[in-house]
Amino acid sequence: MCMAKIQALRKENPEANEPVNIGSRAIDNLRFIRETMERSVVFTTVPGYGGMLMGATAIGAAIIANQQVYLRNWLVVWIVEAILAFLVGFLAMWQKSKIADTPLNSVPTKKFAMSFLPPLICGVIITLGLWRYENYETMIPVWHLLYGAAVVCGGAFSVKAVPAMGWCFIALGAVAFLLPKGFGDELMILSFGVLHIVFGFIIARKYGG
Amino acid sequence: MARKNSAIKKSSEDAPQLRDLKLEKAAENVSNELDKTIHERMRLGMISALAANESLSFNDLKNLLNTTDGNISVHARKLEEAGYLTCEKSFKGRIPLTEYRITNNGREALNSYLNHMEALISAMRGVR
Repeated sequence: MCMAKIQALRKENPEANEPVNIGSRAIDNLRFIRETMERSVVFTTVPGYGGMLMGATAIGAAIIANQQVYLRNWLVVWIVEAILAFLVGFLAMWQKSKIADTPLNSVPTKKFAMSFLPPLICGVIITLGLWRYENYETMIPVWHLLYGAAVVCGGAFSVKAVPAMGWCFIALGAVAFLLPKGFGDELMILSFGVLHIVFGFIIARKYGG
Repeated sequence: MARKNSAIKKSSEDAPQLRDLKLEKAAENVSNELDKTIHERMRLGMISALAANESLSFNDLKNLLNTTDGNISVHARKLEEAGYLTCEKSFKGRIPLTEYRITNNGREALNSYLNHMEALISAMRGVR
């Protein structure tokens, strides 16, 4: 025969009898207000017109890169374009934040940067690695996939158009692996050129510049 | 000497009682003056989120505060009745859209609530 275990109906909870510190409750309330405000704010300083300009420079770079005889020069053109696009994007964001009167070091901007930058930095490192092994063909799908991943991650804290653009880049990155070798620059025009212009236009029209 | 010792002992015994009394009085003052409409957690969250945004939809608030439709509508109505927010109903295509905005009264209420909390914290630090 097995006896049922006897358990006390009411357990003594020593913490329940302790008085609640009013000061710490007030601190907790203030923290709750701050955290709710931070979570509710969406990162809207994504540069729409800046994105369009980045698209235009990418089309120009693709035309110049396509004329290069040596693959090394082709890569140099795209590296210069990447630096130029980064500067254009940053300056456009800075200008938009000034117009909207929201500081660039706000919490949503920091969240965006901390999500956007890691895949981008990985892209730079992989590109340098591929350069070392002179594996130029793989660079185009890698750029699409990692830039797409950066935009999707950063876009998680922004308006819906941003992650949508990121997913388009990822899809085109997958397509890039299937395409024959010679179509890299054409794909770059379609993605870094046209996609930036289209989504830049949508963002500029819908979300103020 | 013995008398002096007992005097010191008495004052050290009184100190915690006096502190408790001050704390009790401060807590009573604060609880009487606190705006009960926004002191409630859900309503405090709604007012805070609306203060940081121009407007937020019903779904934005629901997702942000991780709660149910019923909860949001009940608390939004209370805040609306207090004059702290406005509610605007429209259609986005065929989907109904409810948007909330904070009013000047709501912003003032949040500011005075924040002042209350800050005053309470500094009072508690002063007592310690």
